[in-house]
Amino acid sequence: MSGGLARMIAVRIGLGALTLLLISGLIFGAMGLLPGDVAEAILGQNRTPETVAALRTQLGLDQPAWSRYLDWIGGMLTGDFGKSLASGRPVADLIGGRLVNTLSLAAYAALISVPLSIALGILAALYRGRLADRGISIGALTAISMPDFFVAYVMIFLFAVTWGLLPSLAAVTPDAGLGEWLYRATLPALALTLATSAHMLRMTRASIVNVLASPYVEMAKLKGLTPSRVVVRHALPNALAPIINVVAVNLAFLIVGVVVVETVFVYPGLGQLLVDSVAARDVPVVQAACLIFAAAYVSLNLLADILAILTNPRLRTAR
Amino acid sequence: MTRLAVLRSAPPTAWFGLLVLTVVALLALFAPFAAPYGEREVVAGPFEVWSESHWLGTDNLGRDMLSRLIWGARNTIGMALLTTMIAFVVGAATGLLAGTVGGWADRLLAWIVDVIMAMPSLILALLLISIFGASTAMLIGIIAAIEATRVFRLSRAVAMNITVMEYLDAARLRGESLPSILWREVLPNASAPLVAEFGLRFCFVFLFVSSLSFLGLGIQPPTADWGSMVRDNATLITYGDVTPLLPAAAIALVTVSVNLVVDWVLHRSSGLKD
Repeated sequence: MSGGLARMIAVRIGLGALTLLLISGLIFGAMGLLPGDVAEAILGQNRTPETVAALRTQLGLDQPAWSRYLDWIGGMLTGDFGKSLASGRPVADLIGGRLVNTLSLAAYAALISVPLSIALGILAALYRGRLADRGISIGALTAISMPDFFVAYVMIFLFAVTWGLLPSLAAVTPDAGLGEWLYRATLPALALTLATSAHMLRMTRASIVNVLASPYVEMAKLKGLTPSRVVVRHALPNALAPIINVVAVNLAFLIVGVVVVETVFVYPGLGQLLVDSVAARDVPVVQAACLIFAAAYVSLNLLADILAILTNPRLRTAR
Repeated sequence: MTRLAVLRSAPPTAWFGLLVLTVVALLALFAPFAAPYGEREVVAGPFEVWSESHWLGTDNLGRDMLSRLIWGARNTIGMALLTTMIAFVVGAATGLLAGTVGGWADRLLAWIVDVIMAMPSLILALLLISIFGASTAMLIGIIAAIEATRVFRLSRAVAMNITVMEYLDAARLRGESLPSILWREVLPNASAPLVAEFGLRFCFVFLFVSSLSFLGLGIQPPTADWGSMVRDNATLITYGDVTPLLPAAAIALVTVSVNLVVDWVLHRSSGLKD
């Protein structure tokens, strides 16, 4: 049986790698969608035949597409991301420290949002239909409907301007200590938490409410167990698979939220670099950043799949 | 039930949503008459406080905030609505067709859509904007193309559920042509989930456009737009002024209202039994 399980997981990982390969093709091939070519589009009105030719050589456009793709993807795998068009610096230098910043911010946000949303979701399921549940559910619906930057600015207004507790700019420097980093990154992490918790909370509540309707939970209630024991010991283990799944999927949402939140707080991360590079139409940097974001997204979704298989024995025997 | 009775049976939340959307729609439609000043008109010094002549003060270039808020409703909502409609027509048409016909073309399309959807939509949009630029027409095209994949997936699933129905077998045996099957059999039965999807999709597109504008990559100045208004005036927040939060709050208000109305429509179409 365990051999079957290992094979199933291996198949999923293989499919994930294939997806990523196709995405890399999409990211690379998108450049070719432009009528004319990228060099002309980037240079715009001010182009001269000489500058266009120079940029073409720099971008490698004088070579056939498949060989450029192989060069590019080979470089990506070995950490050579090419050179930025705007600054001429190697893309790897630009990305390196920022990637670490973004990952630590996302991890910080996840550490707050995952326990918080699961606890609130359980609480809402426990007091289903009552005031606490209504309040939590309405709060979650509102949070989903708000643009990320609205949440972020409201937090700046409250925590930084009105109460003066935390700084409104999160311009962290590499040599700052952990305490300093935590102080500066707390507000962005809280903004990310609010932006991503709502989905997790709603799914937790929904899956527990779903399990609560099953006969064995009724049995547990009839045995006279306390409501909290029924939820925590009987309902939660069976609701765990969908919850773990939604947690992983929502961590993938963090990746999108991070782009906006980093811009609001001027946090030196990959998202901010991506936005700046899009504005400057610095295609090599954009491609590298997009591939990294997409890889994180695909991996987290893959992780969700695998965890779902591991926590739910019923999925192992299907097909 | 008559239309009036249907409306009267709506819960207060749906009423609230409808009321907000009506007011915003009227303001957007009649922006030239409702706004006290012009969209791009510089009327005073930059960052003036709330006053008799400028109810919400002025922005970073000295334009009237209230007027830009009203013009912004017209631009932001108009663009989101147009984008959603394009995404919907393209996505629903191909999705319903693919789901009804099946075969290799359907598989191929579904597979392509799966690959595109494996990428976060904001990241894909940023990639495409860096290549195609951020002109309004390009933005509408890019966002519509990305959202159309989501609509495709839903309408294909809906159509696949309908194709196994007996009335569809009957229609085929009667010799109905494919357009007739799509128009008379599939579409009417797919309309309820599609209407709800339209509302939710509009919310996504609306937030999407606003986020891009906020990042400076969406609707370009000097056109008034709720996302870029937040971006341009954000410095005021650090001085304790809430004015830059108003366009952001307007975005949230419209999204919540659409959600409330969609909830009600979904509840009505699914819960008529109770």
